[in-house]
Parts: sequence; C-alpha cells; structure tokens
Amino acid sequence: MMHSGLAGRLFGAVVVAICAYLILPTLVVVPVSFTETSFIVFPPKGFSLRWYAEFLSDPAWRNATLTSILVATVSAICATSVGTLAAFGLNRLSGVLARAAIWLLLLPMLVPSIILAVGFYGVLARFGIVGTKFGLIVTHTVLAIPFVVITVSATIQKLDWRIVDAARSLGAGPVTAFWKITVPAILPGILAGATFAFLTSFDEIVVAFFVSGVNSVTLPVQMWNGIRFEISPAVAAASSILLALSLVVVFFVSVMRRREETNARRPAEIGHL
Amino acid sequence: MPYSRHQGLVTFAFLAPAIILLVAVLIWPVLDLVGRSFQDPGGPFVLYARLLEVPIYLRVLARTLLFSVATSLVCLVLGYPVAYALARARPLARAIILVCILLPFWTNLLVRTYGWILILNPQGIVNTVLLQLGIISAPLDIVYNFLGALIGMSQIMLPYLILPVYSVMVKLDPQLANAARTLGAGPVRTFVSIYFPLTLPGVMAGLLLVFTISLGFFVIPAILGGSGGLLLAQLIEFNVNTSLNWGMASALSTTLLAATLLLYMIGDRWLNLGAIWGLRR
Repeated sequence: MMHSGLAGRLFGAVVVAICAYLILPTLVVVPVSFTETSFIVFPPKGFSLRWYAEFLSDPAWRNATLTSILVATVSAICATSVGTLAAFGLNRLSGVLARAAIWLLLLPMLVPSIILAVGFYGVLARFGIVGTKFGLIVTHTVLAIPFVVITVSATIQKLDWRIVDAARSLGAGPVTAFWKITVPAILPGILAGATFAFLTSFDEIVVAFFVSGVNSVTLPVQMWNGIRFEISPAVAAASSILLALSLVVVFFVSVMRRREETNARRPAEIGHL
Repeated sequence: MPYSRHQGLVTFAFLAPAIILLVAVLIWPVLDLVGRSFQDPGGPFVLYARLLEVPIYLRVLARTLLFSVATSLVCLVLGYPVAYALARARPLARAIILVCILLPFWTNLLVRTYGWILILNPQGIVNTVLLQLGIISAPLDIVYNFLGALIGMSQIMLPYLILPVYSVMVKLDPQLANAARTLGAGPVRTFVSIYFPLTLPGVMAGLLLVFTISLGFFVIPAILGGSGGLLLAQLIEFNVNTSLNWGMASALSTTLLAATLLLYMIGDRWLNLGAIWGLRR
C-alpha cells in the first residue's frame, strides 16, 4: 500500500520519529545521571558517579528502596499464589459464572487507582493504621492479581491436559499430579506472572502516595517528592537503576515466554520433571 | 449430583482466596466510598446537585473530558502508523519497534515522567536545541500546563492503542489491499474504504482503553500539568488531602467509577476487550 519509493521512505521516517517519542523520555535519564553538576544542564557536563553515591548513601533513598523491595517481594509472593489458584478456578468455570469471575478478577486493573487509593485510605484511616507496610502489601497484592491471572490463564489454556490425565491413570493422586505435573508444566507462566506482580508493586505510586505515610515511604513516593520539590540529579540516578531493572525484567519475561512455547510444543518431556 | 457438587466446591476453593482479598481490600472500601457520597445530612443527592451547580466542578469535569479526548486522538494519529509498521515489518525492525513500545511500558511511570521534565522544561533538551539553532528566541512553554500533560500522557497511553490495532492488523489478509488496487482504487481510496474500516474494531477498542484510563489518571497531570488546570483525579486528591471534604471526594469518585465501569462494559459487550486481555476463549 505505501511501499513505493518516496511515500514509503516518508512513512518510515514518521514511524522512526514516533518510536523516538516513545523511547527517548525513558532513555534520557541515563546521560543526566552521570552529570558532575548539582543541577540539571543540557548537555550534561563531565562524568561522575556522585549521584549514584548520593542515591546509595542517603538514608531517605536507601530506606525507600528497601521498603519497596520488601513490599514488592511479599506482595508478589501473595499475588502469585492467590492469582495462580484463581486462574485454575477460572479455567474450570464456563458461561455466566466465568464472565462474572473474569470481571471480578480484573476489577483491580479496571477501577482507577485513585478510587482504590481513596477508598482504602478511608478504611485504614478509620482503624488508624495509615503508614504501615501491611496496608501497602495487601493493596499491592490485590492490584497485582489481574496480571498473574492473565499470564497464568494463558499458560493453562495452552497446557496439554493429557499429561495430567496420564499421571492420574498411572496412579498419582490429584494433589501429587498437581504439584508434580501441572505446576512444573506451567512454571514459566507462573514466574512471568510473579515478575509482573513484583513490578506492579515496585512501580505503584497512587495507593502508596495515600497509604505510605511517613514511616513506609516507597521508592516511587520518594521519587515523587524528588520531582515535585527539588529536581536533583539523584532522581536521574534512581531512574537509571529502575530502567536497568525493567530491562532485566523484559529480558527475563521474553526468555520465560520462549521456554513456555517450547514446553507447549514438547509436552511429553515435561513428564520427566 | 454429588460428583458435580464436589467439583463445584473444588472450583470455589481455588477462587476463594482471591475473592476474599478482593472483597476486603477493593469492593468493600469502594462501596464504602460510594455509600458516603449519598450520606450528606442535607439528603442523599445533595452532593451530586452541588457537583452540577458549582462552576468549578463542572469546569474540572469538562477539562478532564477534553484532556481524555485529546489524548485519545493524539494516540490514534501517532499509534496507527506504528501499528501498521509493526504488522508489516521484517523481524529485525519488528523487534526494534517492539522494544520501543514495551520497554517504556514496563519502566516505572515516574522515570518516564521525570524524563519528560528533562526534555520539556525551560532549560530542557527541546528548548536548548531550538534556542541554539536560533529557531526560537525565548524558551517555549511546553511543560507544567495542559500541553505538557498531553505530551506526557499520550506517550504513556500509546501502547494501549498500538497493541489492539496491531492485533487486528496482523489478522488481515494483505491481498485485500492489493485486490482493491488491481481493481483500480488509488492508495488513498484503498486505505479509506478498505483498509481502515477493516481495522476499526481495533481502533475502537484502543480509543476506548486510552480514553477510559485517561479519565482517572493522576500522576501525569499532577506532575506535568502544573497547578493551573486541575483534572478529576487531582480534584479528588485535593478534596481528601487538602480541603478534607470526604463527601465531595466520594461523590467525584463515584462519578468517575460509574463512567469507567460503563465504558468498560460497552467495551466488553461490543469490542471484545476480554479477548484483547487474553482471557476469553
């Protein structure tokens, strides 16, 4: 349609420009994080690691990072367990019940996070427990459930149930078959779901903004403060570290996807696990 | 039949932990908030009447609608060509475009917001380059206002438009466009009357997603939008944290919630959003 000569080249240039618009705001934090100056200039002057040193030594940044890692790890474990079980339950439903369950399980993704944040903040405030990690962990668990359910459901639908039936007919009980056959077969999906769950919590800002108080400031909340009140290059260092993390995650998930496809193609081998 | 009752119990046992958590942490607090909006001492609908009477609330609602419509249109104009390129590209180009879409998508929202400040602020990249090239003589006002929020928001929302459109485009038979061309239609005619209508389901689904998410978005307008033009989510936050007006916050939240759920139901009914999320068999 648009492949001929000039028009095709023009179209290519437009697509490249839009791709630059997509990716540049993410990459621009990297050069800025190495600046020597204590304010932001363009192009960045010199090369130094002082903002990374600042990020690692400033207790505010360090505590926020540790809080985020703790909250994200616990909520990823909870969301993955609860979400994986729910995905199995969902797979057994059909018709109206399945539709209702899908709506319910996706609700945390559909309801605007400001509403979830304000509603949950209201309940916590009533019990006087704002500013605890517990509040963050339970909300982040709920927010991550849809991502686990979607990822694990996709894997379950591709699962060759004959290998489970084979295990059952060879004498394995339902629980043994579940742990020894089903779970290993869908493990890549579960791990990808856990990764998304971790990232959902690690990146979450709106609920944390309301619920974290002064005692459990997370990394995004600390970045919010850094952006709103002083545009220090320390935020750029923090951003570059987070960018590296998401690079690792995207890579990890794509490896998991590939392994999942291999599993789907060679179901017979899984029986040996 | 006892057997099927047993099966039903097993299914319920699988779903129970998720249901309990969702009810306790999401449904109960949100219903509590909705309930509050009808509990004003003056009567159940007093808060909603005020919402329609006080000009500032109407202005914020109108500005939020305008912002969401503008974001959706920018995403359509920028996202459609990318989806097309993605559907037609060779493996290497495809991988590069996918990285450009997915890497930002999985990067912390505040990193991207901060990146936009670095690019758009008066001493930022855009203004420095344009000033040094002599194209402008004073820094452009492109952040901490409606335009800044729109630039940032469109970039954040683009994947939500590109991916549904792309998923429709890859399923189209490339021979269709060729057939139209062979039958004498020019490239513009082929696009307008053959190709674009066939991609419409993806376009509608993408627009609906972008519009709905933009309606309740908090972070980007709060940081890149400046203090002048509040949007709905910021007004809710302001009522909770600054003016401590829980009644109004709950009425505004209920309005936003109703609009959001209604839009998703429309999407579910006519546009098959469930399939886009990969959950419908």
